[in-house]
Amino acid sequence: MNIDSIRNGIVIDHIQARKGIEIYNALNLGELDCSVAIITNAKSKKMGRKDIIKIDKKIDLDLDILGYLDSNITINIIQENERVEKYHVELPKEIVNIVKCKNPRCITSVENELPQVFVLTDKEKKAYRCKYCETLKEE
Amino acid sequence: MKHLIDIKDLTVEEIDELIKVAKDIMQFPDNYTEKCKHKKLATLFFEPSTRTRLSFETAMLDLGGNVIGFSEASSSSASKGESVSDTIRIVGGYADIIAMRHPKEGAPLVASLKSTVPIINAGDGGHNHPTQTLTDLLTISCEKNRLDNLTIGLCGDLKFGRTVHSLITAMVRYKNIKFVLISPDELKIPEYIKENILEKNNIEYIETNSLEEHIGELDILYMTRVQKERFFNEEDYVRLKDYYILDKNKLEKAREDLSILHPLPRVNEISTEVDDDPRACYFKQARNGKFIRMALILKLLNIGGNK
Repeated sequence: MNIDSIRNGIVIDHIQARKGIEIYNALNLGELDCSVAIITNAKSKKMGRKDIIKIDKKIDLDLDILGYLDSNITINIIQENERVEKYHVELPKEIVNIVKCKNPRCITSVENELPQVFVLTDKEKKAYRCKYCETLKEE
Repeated sequence: MKHLIDIKDLTVEEIDELIKVAKDIMQFPDNYTEKCKHKKLATLFFEPSTRTRLSFETAMLDLGGNVIGFSEASSSSASKGESVSDTIRIVGGYADIIAMRHPKEGAPLVASLKSTVPIINAGDGGHNHPTQTLTDLLTISCEKNRLDNLTIGLCGDLKFGRTVHSLITAMVRYKNIKFVLISPDELKIPEYIKENILEKNNIEYIETNSLEEHIGELDILYMTRVQKERFFNEEDYVRLKDYYILDKNKLEKAREDLSILHPLPRVNEISTEVDDDPRACYFKQARNGKFIRMALILKLLNIGGNK
C-alpha cells in the first residue's frame, strides 16, 4: 500500500500496532487543516507490526501525551522531503489532565477545577501516582 | 517558605534538629514563652480532631502566640462550597502559620500550592499525618536516646494505619532498623510499602500473626487501633478489633527496656492494667506531641530555638 510521502511535516513511527487511532485522538489530529494519514498494522522488522502517523505540516506535538501513551515511538521531522531530525519520546515525569484520579477520598473528587496531576514514581513499572493522594493510577 | 505536608518533606538533619529543639523546650520551657509573641496560628479543622487541635493550639499558646480557627467544616465557608485554595488565601491574610486537617486526601498539598504562609498538614483522611510521626520519633528518641539500631514491632491494623506507614517511611532512613510486622492476615502491611519502602531500602523485616512469639525481641512496640470507619462490613470489624490485646500476661515475655507506643485513642488493644507499667509510654507520647509541634512552628516561622 502506498501513502504519499510528505514534504514538510512529521512522521510518528514505531507506534505499537493498533494504537495509532488512540494517539490520533489524544493529539486532536482530526482538528488539523492538513492531511493526516494513519497507517495501521504495517509490517516492521523491529516490531513485527506497527502503526505510523504522517502529518503534512509541522505542528507542536504534546510529547508528554505521546510519551505516556507509548514511550517506544519515534518522531521524525521532515523538511523538503528530507528527514532533518529524529528523536524518541520518554515517559513524562508528570502528566496533567490526561487521567483522572479514581480515589473517592482524593481532594480532586470534590474540587473539580483542580488539575489532575499524576507523577511518575517508578520508571520500570511505568507507575504513576496522583500528586495529591498518591493513589496508583489504574491500568 | 517551607511547609510540612508529608514527613518526607523533612531531611533526617531537619528531624534531628526539631527533636533537639523539642527536648530543649521540655527542659527549659520558660525560654520559649515569648518566642511567638504577636504571631497567630490558624487551626483549620475541616473535620473534628480535638486531640490534635488542642495539641497545636497549646503549642502556640505556650510559645506566647495566639490562635484562631474552626473545629469542623460546618462552621467554615467550606459548608458554603468555598474551595480549599480560596479559604487558604483568605486565612493567610490573617494568620502567620496554618495547621490544617481535612477529610480529603491531598487537601493540605492543594493549600500549600496557594498559601502565602506555612501550612502544616494536621492529617488528611487516611493519607498523611506528619506531626504524629514527628511525635513518634521524638518519643522514641526520648526513651531510647537514639533513632538507629532498633527492632520495632508494629502491631494491629497495618493495612489502613497511616501512622504505621509514615513511621516506617521515616525510620528506614536510620541505620540498622528492623521491623516485626504483627497483624492478622486481613490487615497485613500493603505490598507497596514492602516493595517501595522496606525492600528498596534493604530493611530487614518479618511478618507474623503472633505478638507473643516476638514480643521478647522488641525495643519498641507500636500498637494501633483497628479503626471501625475503615470497614465496610461490621462483621469483619467485630472479628478483628480484639485480635491483639496487650496485657500484663503478654508483657511478661517482653524486655525490661521495651517502650510501648500508641498514637491513641485506644479502644481495647492495650489493657488499662498496662498503663502503670513503666514500659507504657503512650501518654508521654501524647504530651510529646505538643513539644514537637512547638519546635515545628518555630522552624516554619524561622524563629530560632535556643540550641
